[in-house]
Amino acid sequence: MGQGVTVWGVILALGVGTFLIRFSFLGLLGRRPLPEWVLRHLRYTGVAVLPGLVAPLAIWPAATGGQTDPARLLAALATVAVGVWSRSVLGAMGAGAGVLYAVLALALAGWG
Amino acid sequence: MTRAARSLTPFAQGVRDGLPFLAALAPFGLLFGVAATEAGLGFGAAMGFSAGVIAGASQFTAVSLMGDGAPALIVVVTALAVNLRMAMYSAALAPHIGAAPVWKRALAAYVLFDSVYACAAQAYPRHPEWSVRDRMLYFAGAAGPAVPMWLAVTAVGSVLGATIPAWLALDFAAPICFLAMVAPGLRTLPQVAAAVTSVAGALLLAWVPYSLGLLVAAALAMAVGAEVERRWAKA
Repeated sequence: MGQGVTVWGVILALGVGTFLIRFSFLGLLGRRPLPEWVLRHLRYTGVAVLPGLVAPLAIWPAATGGQTDPARLLAALATVAVGVWSRSVLGAMGAGAGVLYAVLALALAGWG
Repeated sequence: MTRAARSLTPFAQGVRDGLPFLAALAPFGLLFGVAATEAGLGFGAAMGFSAGVIAGASQFTAVSLMGDGAPALIVVVTALAVNLRMAMYSAALAPHIGAAPVWKRALAAYVLFDSVYACAAQAYPRHPEWSVRDRMLYFAGAAGPAVPMWLAVTAVGSVLGATIPAWLALDFAAPICFLAMVAPGLRTLPQVAAAVTSVAGALLLAWVPYSLGLLVAAALAMAVGAEVERRWAKA
């Protein structure tokens, strides 16, 4: 029960916060232009958070008890490589999933 | 732009421009539903995220941190950091649709996905003849189909999530989605510098309790990206 309340608290806070970010200039702040230094920082929010979130999951996955797993690590590298090369989100996802399952299958077949 | 495209209404043009993104949204939302189940969230909570937050990357961030047992405050702050880029979208769209009635602007803000922003930012300068109403219709066309799609695939993922066996390694679906979203943008030196800082910082600070290390790493990475861009632009 206590956990359920926390989950909905997170959903509510994140939902309201996300809406306020999106509504900020459209609704509340009008057409005031953003200072250049603010824009320069905002451009890097996605690339600043997401790789850092993934790195520990790729190197010390919880699913293998924190042991480095070649399938997950190689899948992560393949996703980045194909994404950079092809500029395609779907292509990168496909490459990551393909490498993940290929290496997992090899491990199952007795290679690992 | 072809002549056939010119004859489409703004709404239909929005729908057409938004369609390719629906294909990307489907697996992403499906995997979010699965990831939510993996993290121990029920169907209601998964749908709550997709309807209430309606921002994929931050939903994934929140759910993976919750799965790690991070405190609620850290979960919310880190996931909001992922969404900060949307303030930039909001600022960029304000000159185009800022004159619309406030309820329409609120609705538009609610569905301001990356893909909708990308469509609108390209279409508005191409159509200086559009009225504010036309621009809002285009926006509705680009964003409208994405919302039911996002909810439907979340629902399917959440229901399927519990039945998917461990050997499918779906714990790694979210990491692959994140990397797939970021990698196509890693084309400039500041982007790469920010990404490398983020990874190095998160690994070196992994020992910091409450997943705070990630927030510190993200703040550093943002500053590094901005600083490299500043120097790079001068050079």
